[in-house]
Amino acid sequence: MNIQPSLQADQRMDQIMGFLLRTGVILAAALVFVGGVLFLVRHPLPVTNYRVFQGEPQELRTVSGIIRNAFSWHGRGLIQLGVLVLIATPVARVIFSVFAFLYERDWTYVAVTLLVLGLLLYSLLGGHA
Amino acid sequence: MHTLEFTLLVALGSLLAGFLGSLTGLGGGVVIVPLLTVVFGVDIRYAIGAALVSVIATSSGAAAAYVREGFSNVRVGMFLEIATTIGALVGAAVALHLHASIIAVIFGLVLIYSAVLSFRQHSSAADTLAPDRIASWLRMDSSYPTPDGPEKYHVRGVPFGFALMFVAGVLSGLLGIGSGAVKVLAMDKAMKLPFKVSTTTSNFMIGVTAAASAGIYLSRGYIDPGLAMPVMLGVLGGSLLGARLLAGAAVKLLRIVFSVVMAALAVEMIYSGLTGKI
Repeated sequence: MNIQPSLQADQRMDQIMGFLLRTGVILAAALVFVGGVLFLVRHPLPVTNYRVFQGEPQELRTVSGIIRNAFSWHGRGLIQLGVLVLIATPVARVIFSVFAFLYERDWTYVAVTLLVLGLLLYSLLGGHA
Repeated sequence: MHTLEFTLLVALGSLLAGFLGSLTGLGGGVVIVPLLTVVFGVDIRYAIGAALVSVIATSSGAAAAYVREGFSNVRVGMFLEIATTIGALVGAAVALHLHASIIAVIFGLVLIYSAVLSFRQHSSAADTLAPDRIASWLRMDSSYPTPDGPEKYHVRGVPFGFALMFVAGVLSGLLGIGSGAVKVLAMDKAMKLPFKVSTTTSNFMIGVTAAASAGIYLSRGYIDPGLAMPVMLGVLGGSLLGARLLAGAAVKLLRIVFSVVMAALAVEMIYSGLTGKI
């Protein structure tokens, strides 16, 4: 087997993966920051009681609810959107890996990566109500 | 206390946690939960949700740099992520049914273990090992950059490493931590990877593991934006600051201080858990 092209492909894959991860984190941090400023400006009230667990309302725990909330410029919604982007970052990295291994015709790892992706999607969209 | 005051205090604590966590290599996430529960009196479920978010942020941020430098073994990471994600799903599912006090006690024990483990010497790379059948079939053998050029290494003990990774995943999902200590243990000790490769690959994997349980925590309403915001930004800022600073000799002292703080928080958590205060 010729190793060289595969090694080069591996290195290019590493570069793109690094870029993907960095972009995701920066975007998430920016959304959380903007949301945080809006939240703080509009909530000069006494702090939420975190001592007693109540759970978040529906609009802050589902993907569709969060997106709706964020697009109406609600601080808490924007923060949750940032959290969603952050959670999606490693998922995007795994999706990218599927294609990268396909390109390398490394079928074993295409299967491995698809399995991990399936587990992640089950967690995110599986409906755990 | 007002929201702004509370937010700034939490952000400051998280900044410090991220800074020390990155300087000492222990990760900031592991002290966020005790910080929020013991110091700020936050319910442990909110604390775990916020900590998970910060764990994904720091792991992805640091992994971006390491992956580019070519230290991480992407194949080893990918394969072991099967074990950690299944573990994380199990851990998060179990956490939903366990009483907060029990989680607090388990957390305290893991915290003490991590503090102790950080003092153990890591095994130096033994490149005389013969190739392993499973690792060869999975094409895990690779090389990593050293000052004298790329150095090849063989991977061993895949099944044992895989089993340890499942445990790391369960702890991550249950406690909202990265389980970096257990992951490094699995790769360094069980699979005989070079230490630098173990730590960077562990970091690379932590994001995926945490994302698996974060999805469940988010849909269960455990992630509060008002809390996740200062924690995520604080830990991220602190760890970037820590990564910029090469403190050299001071790291040893910091490690001791940080471990003592971790142990103290652990004892407090176990005590609160046992007396039913958490």
